[in-house]
Amino acid sequence: MVEFALPKNSRVTPGKKHPAPETATSTKTFEVYRYDPNSGENPRLDSYEVDLGSCGPMVLDALLKIKNEVDSTLTLRRSCREGICGSCAMNIDGTNTLACLKPIGEVSGKVRVYPLPHMPVVKDLVPDLSQVYRQYASIEPWMKAAPPAEADRERRQSPEDRAKLDGPSDCILCACCSTACPSYWWNGDRYLGPAVLLQAYRWIADSRDEASDERLSDLDDTFKLYRCHTIMNCTKTCPKGLNPAQAIGEIKKLIASRE
Amino acid sequence: MSAVNRPLSPHLQVYRWQLTSVLSILHRLTGVFLSLGAVALVWWLFAAASGDAAFAVVQCAIASWAGRLFLIGWSFALFYHLANGIRHLVWDAGVGFDLKTTYATGWTVVVAAAALTAFAWVWAIHGL
Repeated sequence: MVEFALPKNSRVTPGKKHPAPETATSTKTFEVYRYDPNSGENPRLDSYEVDLGSCGPMVLDALLKIKNEVDSTLTLRRSCREGICGSCAMNIDGTNTLACLKPIGEVSGKVRVYPLPHMPVVKDLVPDLSQVYRQYASIEPWMKAAPPAEADRERRQSPEDRAKLDGPSDCILCACCSTACPSYWWNGDRYLGPAVLLQAYRWIADSRDEASDERLSDLDDTFKLYRCHTIMNCTKTCPKGLNPAQAIGEIKKLIASRE
Repeated sequence: MSAVNRPLSPHLQVYRWQLTSVLSILHRLTGVFLSLGAVALVWWLFAAASGDAAFAVVQCAIASWAGRLFLIGWSFALFYHLANGIRHLVWDAGVGFDLKTTYATGWTVVVAAAALTAFAWVWAIHGL
């Protein structure tokens, strides 16, 4: 359902201010969404002045510096710090991206950091992504094919067919795209969203998979697929430079041109 | 740990407006506005069929400052919805999804809608 305003318990209140140490040479202000499930209070926006002279170049560096030196309760997911794991996906300066790939220098003025949009928040910058994972499981993201004639051999694929998977198979499922999509905000319970549809396409496009027809029939649904209105926020925000909107377009085309 | 009563993270409140989302919502808004204009058109035709007095009332309303503004808005809605509709048709053919093309076609639609609206009004007022 479309609901433009945040529910009462979700409205963000002003938070604490943490000034930079006096030794700081050049500072940048980070405003970070904080929510403590044990406090019973609404989320708040804390502000931290960070000394850039002693901080790494990326937003993730600044967040970890805050966690290490100012407030150890700041909670976020991170792992690889090089754009491979997809853990540190969050909303930075108004768009979704990976904190480890977002240079602080790209943001003019204050750096505002929120969790991925329109998701239930577990704590601070950690959203509950269960819905996305459930939807990912629902498209059955594995190869479906009868055993090949020679059971011990690999399934062969031409370089051209393999090239069709370049892009879709590079997705790290960070969910930046799905949570950037207004259509997913309003209908996320039934619309699969760009991340999961890109993965659905990854299996449909795989020449070795033999279940394309069933996969397409499963997706041919007013909500699962057709809540995509080609808004293009997904492609605009993908930190890996992939194109979920195009994959969704291909799925629609394949369904329309069946029979 | 209970999953109930978790706050919802901010969405519209914090997400940056950008060409992609603005043109999309504008497509929907112009669609709605076109329907409103269609109702006004029916009113106009109905008045024309009812006689002099009724028609004069509608003509007067349309010629007013607010009426003209509505008509300009309606014609812009028509041209925008038309141009962006063609953009959607091209997408439906599987073409034009890369970001660069999306932005190029997006700005083209905006400029085309504005230019067609201006042209239509110059034509209506001054003739060709």
